[in-house]
Amino acid sequence: MDLRPRRQGDVIVLGPAGRVDHLNSDEFLTAVEPHLAQCEAGGPALLFDLSAVEYMSSSGLRVLMLAAKQAKPRGGRVAVAAPQALVAEVLEISRFNLVFPIHASVDEGLRALSATP
Amino acid sequence: MSEMLVRFWGTRGSLPIALTAPQVQAKVAQALLAASGRRFANLEQASAYAAGLPFHVAGTFGGHSSCVEIELAPPGAGPHDYVICDLGSGARPFGGKVLAHHGAATPNTFHVFMSHVHWDHIMGFPLFTPAYIPGNVIRIYGCHRNLEEAFRAQHGAPCFPVDFSQLAARIEFVTLNPGEKVEIAGLSVLPKLQIHAGESYGYRFERNGKVFVYSTDSEHKLDDPDVTEGFVEFFCDADLVAFDAMYSFADAISVKEDWGHSSNVVGVELCQLANAKRLALFHHEPIHDDARIATIEAETRRFEEITRVGGTPLEVFSAYDGLEVEL
Repeated sequence: MDLRPRRQGDVIVLGPAGRVDHLNSDEFLTAVEPHLAQCEAGGPALLFDLSAVEYMSSSGLRVLMLAAKQAKPRGGRVAVAAPQALVAEVLEISRFNLVFPIHASVDEGLRALSATP
Repeated sequence: MSEMLVRFWGTRGSLPIALTAPQVQAKVAQALLAASGRRFANLEQASAYAAGLPFHVAGTFGGHSSCVEIELAPPGAGPHDYVICDLGSGARPFGGKVLAHHGAATPNTFHVFMSHVHWDHIMGFPLFTPAYIPGNVIRIYGCHRNLEEAFRAQHGAPCFPVDFSQLAARIEFVTLNPGEKVEIAGLSVLPKLQIHAGESYGYRFERNGKVFVYSTDSEHKLDDPDVTEGFVEFFCDADLVAFDAMYSFADAISVKEDWGHSSNVVGVELCQLANAKRLALFHHEPIHDDARIATIEAETRRFEEITRVGGTPLEVFSAYDGLEVEL
């Protein structure tokens, strides 16, 4: 899965697209893992730009949770930005809004992560 | 006439709860506020008004722990075969209903299918009145090898004043094997191993084309496609799935991972994959009040709507003590 990674300052922005579900969540995880390895104290934060994601099932959400769980103990930072309305609803119903920050836009996410030590 | 009537006697997870005085007072206050000054000439008019209020205001999802009855035919005057899943605290009112219907003189048979023997699923048995009545037969089915040991351990000193050996009913324990279909009391029954501490088992009940799946205390990790496919097959075309939806999805895969329970989100996804017709959210978290359970119910319906791909909608509801569903 091509996440179109781009580095913006101290943040790596990852942009999955389309449907992320049980059919391709393994590919999603494989694509995230190299970036996750760098996500630690002093390293770049990870920002998932979900603007191009039409739907994310529990399998896709599980990858986001895995990223958060692996990064946090190492001092890494993970956030989500720009979910479409339906994906935002799924995140809220799943209570993922209590797991990590969900920013309305990528710019807002970049600002928040850049401001965070 | 339906093939099965599923009656929920206990729907709460882990520990029975009761409404507190402040919770009751809050319901009364909400009802008065909603009445908005209208007057009622008598109790009938007030009751009719109350019946139109939201369920979480005028009613309650209840607090008894797991016990679900499958009625194949209404009991008559003679001996009856009852089928139930688990003996949580909901077994006490169920036993009371049986006694009220038959009196003590009619010998009945109870077929009990145990998901597992954790306390909240067996705690109703010491107060299950039919166990004290001679002539009754209580046949307890399960896949755990320690089924009988668990029941005997809680039924006697120092936990309970009456020893298991003093029970007057004939009590039998029958070990089933997961994955092996058996015919019991007019039902085809398929047990399935589930992920839970000490293991638990779900049951797929079939009768004349109607299917009820009882799947509680089961953690669905969805990280192994073969395991997921196994549950999709187990739920396949079910008319009703009673599903352990105790936690939010985020909690179930983070702070409460490996606690052995699932979420509303995974319940919907599995039922959609399996083409099930109805999903009963079950094994409610004890700290959730009625308003919270109603919110989760509404959110889960919305999630089903968002994720529906063609086909017939999956009907979603939160099970409550006293709910009856005809299949």
